[in-house]
Amino acid sequence: MTVFIFRRLIQAVIVLLVTSVIVFLGVYAIGDPLEILLPGDATAAERAQVAASLNLDAPLPLQYVTFLTSALTGDFGNSFVFNRPALTVIFERLPATLELTITALVLSLVIGLPLGLWAGTRPGTLVDESVMTGSILGFSLPNFWQGMMLVMIFSVWLGWLPSTGRGETGTILGIRTSFATWDGITHLILPATNLALAQIALVIRLTRTGVQETMPLDFVKFARARGLSERRILFVHVFKTILIPIVTVIGVEFGSLIAFAVVTETIFAWPGVGKLIIDSINALDRPVVVAYILVIVAMFIVINFLVDVLYSLLDPRIRGRA
Amino acid sequence: MTAPLLKVEGLKTWFDTPRGMVKSVDGVDLELRRGEILGLVGESGSGKSVTGFSLIGLVDAPGRVVEGRIEFNGEDLRTASPARLRSLRGDRIAMIFQDPMMTLNPVLRIGTQMIETVRAHRNVSRAEARAKAVEALGKVGIPRPAERIDAYPHEFSGGMRQRVAIAIALLHEPDLIIADEPTTALDVTIQSQILAEVQKLAAEMGLGLIWISHDLGVVAALAQRVAVMYAGRIVERGTIDEVLDTPRHPYTAGLIGSTPMANVRGQPLRQIPGTAPPPLGRPEGCPFRPRCAFATDICRTEPQETLAGGHGWRCFHPLQDAAEVRA
Repeated sequence: MTVFIFRRLIQAVIVLLVTSVIVFLGVYAIGDPLEILLPGDATAAERAQVAASLNLDAPLPLQYVTFLTSALTGDFGNSFVFNRPALTVIFERLPATLELTITALVLSLVIGLPLGLWAGTRPGTLVDESVMTGSILGFSLPNFWQGMMLVMIFSVWLGWLPSTGRGETGTILGIRTSFATWDGITHLILPATNLALAQIALVIRLTRTGVQETMPLDFVKFARARGLSERRILFVHVFKTILIPIVTVIGVEFGSLIAFAVVTETIFAWPGVGKLIIDSINALDRPVVVAYILVIVAMFIVINFLVDVLYSLLDPRIRGRA
Repeated sequence: MTAPLLKVEGLKTWFDTPRGMVKSVDGVDLELRRGEILGLVGESGSGKSVTGFSLIGLVDAPGRVVEGRIEFNGEDLRTASPARLRSLRGDRIAMIFQDPMMTLNPVLRIGTQMIETVRAHRNVSRAEARAKAVEALGKVGIPRPAERIDAYPHEFSGGMRQRVAIAIALLHEPDLIIADEPTTALDVTIQSQILAEVQKLAAEMGLGLIWISHDLGVVAALAQRVAVMYAGRIVERGTIDEVLDTPRHPYTAGLIGSTPMANVRGQPLRQIPGTAPPPLGRPEGCPFRPRCAFATDICRTEPQETLAGGHGWRCFHPLQDAAEVRA
């Protein structure tokens, strides 16, 4: 296990390094920051002076080294727009996004797993067909359209839930969260549902397929021949088997939830990093874009690492090899 | 003569498929006494495994036991509730499957799987259940059972896994074990070890054993009585000596003739001509008719069982003595 963790750490460092090069080059290629920072009538001398003060006249590899050394100390430069450290700006917004995505993830498991098990144990029945048809809607209707419909129905027509913003937040265990106040929770319901719908559909289908593939296996029949109850067979034997693919996919999907949060945060005016990155790209706010991408990559690495650890906990056959 | 442990009469298990009704088991009679080993022999698709699963109510959909009586310890299992059947399974009636690589759940420790089997039938603590499991593992010859109980199935070899499956079957000292080709997936040396072990345990515990196999040699070494199955029916049954020495049904004779032991070295192996009829295209009357050298017009009608003592056969033209088999 120690070797495994050590190897993963080295891999993580390499991935981060490569990403930093790509991001640095990519951002360098889009537009000239001097155009934004200087007034249109600035003289060539003024331009040269600002460029020199920002170290923009140095050769590209040298600029990268400067960038990397300060990035290692957590310094990604100040945001051009907010005039505060880019990392601070991101970490101010990140909890809102994480709260949204984690709520969506929990929703997708809490709703998706039981429905998938329910449909999976009754193949070909009305239950199975309806759940399956419903799940097709879940991920074939465009995310943004689902979001607008939710606003239309629950905010405009029924007037039950607020449609925009994060609402009031409170502090639980030192973390600022919407769960602390009723107002915060009502603000969270619609965007979290919007983000979760496609994931629910995915979890349902994965679970159902898993159950239907596992049920005819010999070890299930043997479990029946041993006189175990159907409950124990389904919730211990079958569930533990299908959890392996589900954990894998959920790990990958958690990343895409953060990515999809951009759309949801835009529709519901949720003050998270998704909205921040869109604004920053529009404003060519380089430090924020670079810091954002590296933070997201680091999060992906952490998630994947956790999935690998979970995986080896769930499947004894890969524990030896890890 | 003691009352039979298991008595099966006219058992029919049919599968309602889109292409027609598959009559996998089509009128099977069996009888088993306590402490007796019965070999159920037949080729693939003859319905021998389905017969085994029918007895404990574990036929997969769309299969269904449509007719017949299954009497176990005087209790009618066909009218028994699902809950009653579940409480019998793994307790009074245990089963051992063919492929030991597939029968244990790969993601659970064998201890977990044994303890849950104990606790499904007895209200005992985990520690007691564990002690019972360790004892069962020791009984089937697993070395260091108290340690090995915490291993996962993939940490055992195929033969050892089958021993674990047998240990699970023995946990509650059942009255009846149905063993569905339990040594077919194992290599020959392991196979004979397991056979010896099973024979010893069956004699020690006085349990009834139905040994389902396609291998007449294995059954001859193990069982006291044998039933030969062909196309969903028992075509011949009797003691091992009766059936092997004086087979009456031409199919039985063909099976015996095609074992390597019965053949002359250097000669091509003898076989039964033709193949078993497909389950949806079985001929009327005697299902063996198209492959039988003795078939006449009367074989187009259903042959009834002729009984001479314990030896019974379903044939209009039974072979008379051993000389005829060799001819």
